[in-house]
Amino acid sequence: MAMSPALSRASSPARWQDYVQLLKPRVMSLVIFTAITGLVCARGPVNPVLGAIAILCIAVGAGASASFNMWYDADIDAKMRRTRARPVPSGKVQGADALALGVVLSLFSVMLLGMTTNWLAAGLLAFTIFFYAVVYTMWLKRSTPQNIVIGGLAGALPPVIGWAAATGAAPLNAWLLCAIIFMWTPPHFWALSLYTSEDYEKAGVPMMPVTAGAASTRKQILIYSLLFIPICIVPAFTGLGGLTYLAVAAAGGLVFLVLAWRVFKSRAGERIGERNDDGLYDVKASSKDARNLFAFSILYLTLLFATLLAEHLLDLPAVGAFQ
Amino acid sequence: MSEPVQDPQVEAKARRGRNIALALGLVLFVVLVFVVTVVRLGASVAVRPL
Repeated sequence: MAMSPALSRASSPARWQDYVQLLKPRVMSLVIFTAITGLVCARGPVNPVLGAIAILCIAVGAGASASFNMWYDADIDAKMRRTRARPVPSGKVQGADALALGVVLSLFSVMLLGMTTNWLAAGLLAFTIFFYAVVYTMWLKRSTPQNIVIGGLAGALPPVIGWAAATGAAPLNAWLLCAIIFMWTPPHFWALSLYTSEDYEKAGVPMMPVTAGAASTRKQILIYSLLFIPICIVPAFTGLGGLTYLAVAAAGGLVFLVLAWRVFKSRAGERIGERNDDGLYDVKASSKDARNLFAFSILYLTLLFATLLAEHLLDLPAVGAFQ
Repeated sequence: MSEPVQDPQVEAKARRGRNIALALGLVLFVVLVFVVTVVRLGASVAVRPL
């Protein structure tokens, strides 16, 4: 990590809210949601109080890995519009403080999860923090365009941790939830990077559009989407999802594929003389299809997990139960 | 590049906010450990040999 002196000098006193921002609360909310889904779908004999504390531990663990990321990536965050207002590059919080927060929260969350539930869940949480902070942030992100493909595992593990917290085991259905998020990550992030590639290029991050070009990225988005949708449908046949889930996965999957096809046929990510520096989400007209896929990918993943959650809370039968 | 000048009152207010947040975090951790202990021991305490 190469941090300039300017980055380590506070421009204004750090408020407690700045430390909360280090935990990436928006990412944390997705982690909480998917972990709850894993915990509920496991149908384990978990005490509700311990279940709530387990989810808190998983959320804090995710926050800890985000804090590590903020510390290590301060130099490249300072070069990108999307990230330059973050607490460390903006000078509100010292890099060493972000590192310390990451270490303390990692220890607290892993130890407390182990005490609360079991050490399989705690071990998976420790592995997730390590994978995101070291394997993704320190190694993959700056060295390969496959960074978000492999690094996506860190974001995909929370439902498995939730499942393990409830039952002490991680069966096939838990890993199926992991596989859904894992395969969702490439089309989701590459759609975003198609219209933010100039930022990544400026920061020297080898995102796919920067290294392989927009056309290759659009093709890979389509390929990953074709692999992703069947995996979304599989839970309906493994005793995890019911008829409602099957309908949501199939209908949403069809929309996802149509949007991915539109991105493939578009000129998203290509520099065709248009400039728009007014705001991050003021997208070039040619990249509208990429933005549409990015937005729908969030909705689709939310719907899949919300449907599974609702089916299990309402105790609706899985499709597999009819067989 | 010179160090930015900071208002002492703003600095003190920010420090106070950080201290309160840290204290609340520590209290929350203690409470969580207590709750986990009580819930996990739970019925076992009542049926232990005297």
